[in-house]
Amino acid sequence: MEQIFNKISDRLYSNLKTGEHLTLSLDGENSQFIRVNNAKIRQTGLVNNADLAFDLIYNNRNCQGQITLSGDYDNDYKRAVEELNCLRAEIVQLPEDPFIVLPENTGSSRASKSANGLKTDQTVDSLLPIMAGVDLVGIWSSGRIFSGSSNSAGQKHWFDTETYSLDFSLVNKDHKMVKGTFAGSDWNQSKYEAYIKDAKIKLELMNKKPVKMKPGKYRTWFESKAVSNFLSMFSYQGLSEANIRQGNSAFIKMRNEGKKLSSLFSLNEDFRSGLVPRFNERGEIAPEVLSIIEKGNLANTMVSSRTAKEYKVKSNNASGDEVLRAPQMAIGSLADENVLKKLGTGLFISNLHYLNWSDNIGGRITGLTRYACFWVENGEIVGPIETMRFDDTIYNLFGDKLEAVGDNIKINPEVETYFGRQYGNITCPGMLVKSFELTL
Amino acid sequence: MTQQLHNLLNAVDVPADWIGLREVDERTTVRFIRDGHPQSNTRVKTHGIMVEVLVDGQFGYVGTNDISEKGIQVAAKKAYQQAKLAAKYAIHAFTDEARPKAIGEYKSPYKKTFDESSPGTLNELMVKASKVLKISDKVISTNAFAQIVDSKHRFISLNGSDFSQDFLMVTFDLVATAQNGTNINTRSAGGLRGLSRQIGAELFDEQWILRKAKEIGEQAVELTTAEECPTGTMDLVLAPDQMMLQIHESVGHALEIDRILGDERNYAGWSFVKLDDFGKLQYGSKLMNATYDPTYTGQFASFGFDDGGLKADKEYLIKEGLLMRGLGGKESQIRSGVPGVANFRASSWNRAPIDRMGNINLEPGDSTFDEIISSVKKGVYMESNRSWSIDDYRNKFQFGCEYGKLIENGKLTKTVRNPNYRAISNPFWKSLAMIGNHDTFKMYGTPYCGKGEPNQTIRVGHASPVCLFKDVAIFGGA
Repeated sequence: MEQIFNKISDRLYSNLKTGEHLTLSLDGENSQFIRVNNAKIRQTGLVNNADLAFDLIYNNRNCQGQITLSGDYDNDYKRAVEELNCLRAEIVQLPEDPFIVLPENTGSSRASKSANGLKTDQTVDSLLPIMAGVDLVGIWSSGRIFSGSSNSAGQKHWFDTETYSLDFSLVNKDHKMVKGTFAGSDWNQSKYEAYIKDAKIKLELMNKKPVKMKPGKYRTWFESKAVSNFLSMFSYQGLSEANIRQGNSAFIKMRNEGKKLSSLFSLNEDFRSGLVPRFNERGEIAPEVLSIIEKGNLANTMVSSRTAKEYKVKSNNASGDEVLRAPQMAIGSLADENVLKKLGTGLFISNLHYLNWSDNIGGRITGLTRYACFWVENGEIVGPIETMRFDDTIYNLFGDKLEAVGDNIKINPEVETYFGRQYGNITCPGMLVKSFELTL
Repeated sequence: MTQQLHNLLNAVDVPADWIGLREVDERTTVRFIRDGHPQSNTRVKTHGIMVEVLVDGQFGYVGTNDISEKGIQVAAKKAYQQAKLAAKYAIHAFTDEARPKAIGEYKSPYKKTFDESSPGTLNELMVKASKVLKISDKVISTNAFAQIVDSKHRFISLNGSDFSQDFLMVTFDLVATAQNGTNINTRSAGGLRGLSRQIGAELFDEQWILRKAKEIGEQAVELTTAEECPTGTMDLVLAPDQMMLQIHESVGHALEIDRILGDERNYAGWSFVKLDDFGKLQYGSKLMNATYDPTYTGQFASFGFDDGGLKADKEYLIKEGLLMRGLGGKESQIRSGVPGVANFRASSWNRAPIDRMGNINLEPGDSTFDEIISSVKKGVYMESNRSWSIDDYRNKFQFGCEYGKLIENGKLTKTVRNPNYRAISNPFWKSLAMIGNHDTFKMYGTPYCGKGEPNQTIRVGHASPVCLFKDVAIFGGA
């Protein structure tokens, strides 16, 4: 598909009319998905897709298009020309856009990573046997994902990688669950089987007598995954500069009212792992490392070139939707082996579920506990808790109430697949807070 | 398209027990004006075929962007291989009973095509609306958003299915955000892109849009000086645009049979409803009548057949509060033995169908709006969802709205901001005390229902009257 993308790009750019500027981007996948319920196969299949997106600028006007590519160059070039001609017919009817940013050539890049993963005809017999004897439910996703970007100023980027993930839950007879995600690039059967065996052992912890909690404020340790659940909300009506300017962000109080988070909390955009392309859909390269929250202070927000032009600020080449693409939270000093002792009596939360801003401007988030969440007394796990709703603010949890941050950073891979398989992860340690409010 | 699809099916050469081809050719057009300037004029086309085969009781699929004869042949062979390898671990051994023969067609109802409404005209109208939304300097941001989806679906199969469905769908929204000091509030046209329906360009009536824009701008400003919603246990009256979300989260998802069978436990979750609850569980008060109705004219998720070929019919899910039927397509009905509906749906050609909501509606009752309000001594009336969260068993929910009004001694009084409420599904529906009549009944929908592994976003419709719930935990902002 890289060759087709390059050939279409070159040919379309060479035939552009005077005054036209064009950016093309490609996103696609060759994926295998196997859905498992009760350690049996519910659905199995493959998906091949490639979407070519157009961004045309002409006479201070701008419009976008997208088509599906088939993998046959002649057919795809014909589709691309038809789409470009439709955009040309439309663009002259549109109002002027004062915030257009013309494409530039700031350099090109190429990164391609192949892996020794499971072949699609090996997957079932590699995955299923070790699942026997336990209620496992989840999704296997694997294969190649790819992205390209080019523009009429001569810039070109390509990124492709092969990955896999088995994102799963183990369920005991009382419907208590533990979560696991076995993800990577090269397949290692013995490591996989060890991971599943370890998850089965964790499930035994859930056999302890459940503890019924009452609403109230509790001292709480959040495992890395639970912290990543909070951090994922920072990309939704959060750290986008446009959202802050337009009155839809939980961080407005930090910008306008001088609010601060805890000096123990720092967050970066960090692309050094190479797992995520640094270029955005316009082909602009993000800084390798960008400080977002520096010891509790708002150091940078996510600023796209369009937002930069509109609000006369400097772009940091964020994507158009100004989300975090490679978030990494700084570690603290609390060692894993000291977590329960330091927590003393309180909640041990491994995962959260269905987070949403209950008061976006106030920075308040609601959601639920899920999976392996325990009540701890005097440093000892008493038992799993029933599902509880919480409602608390980031200014408490990452601010005044943050007591300690773990020293063990973990990678939480992105496993969502709404618009195709995704790159990336949220990398963060766990954290201990003095107070976490349960409400129902 | 249909003949081409027949040719493709005829060319497939795999020894499968059943083969189906489902082609989707969909064009989505977005017109988005922010603060009076074009933010996005986007055309997105997706086109591909889902090749599905049944081998040894197991379905296997390939969603392919290569729709040439050779491409479909290769896809069918791979789908066959996937199914064959998986069959020994199958959760259920299906037959082609799971893909009933279906012949026919469905077309969305509309009066005006979009050929009659140029991109320039629509941009011009939305720029006008954007200016009206900015009712004063307190309005710091405005959006006018229109999404038009023209989607053509064809389905043919080895056991004789041959149906086509052509959808024309529009989502329209107007949004104003206003600020007064540190108080910032947003008001929209129904929340959650709620003005979503099957309709044509006739939706873009200038007078109606500009009147709506003025109302939204005024209410956004009004909220900046409104009091916080009070905290306490009191009566709750919900407008139809919030009932949309209430029905969706605490009835719709809870009744999906694939969830009850456990398919979704790793992602969307399970359900407090059990298979043996059907026909027995008192889900809500006697006033509660919930229907699954893919035949409702113009509603967002109306259709003729689901993506497994089951014919769409209206069915009661809950009658006089009693749980009657689940949201399960043919596969789930076979697996569970529970009566279901035609709701085996996929988001596009690149996803396999699963149990999804379509149109789930609450049937109107007898009360007028005034009768409902006048019955309340102390309570809050809420419109338009802005925050939603519910647990993985669909029990403990917390929802927030854009706009609230205090109800004091039978009258609507002050406007309140940040109105929220929380409760547990089953007791909440049992607290349904009054249900509005046809005059209060309104139709909404949203393009954003997420579920499934791999994930799928699908369109749903919900229509409801105004409803009164007794003794609910209500509260305000941070």
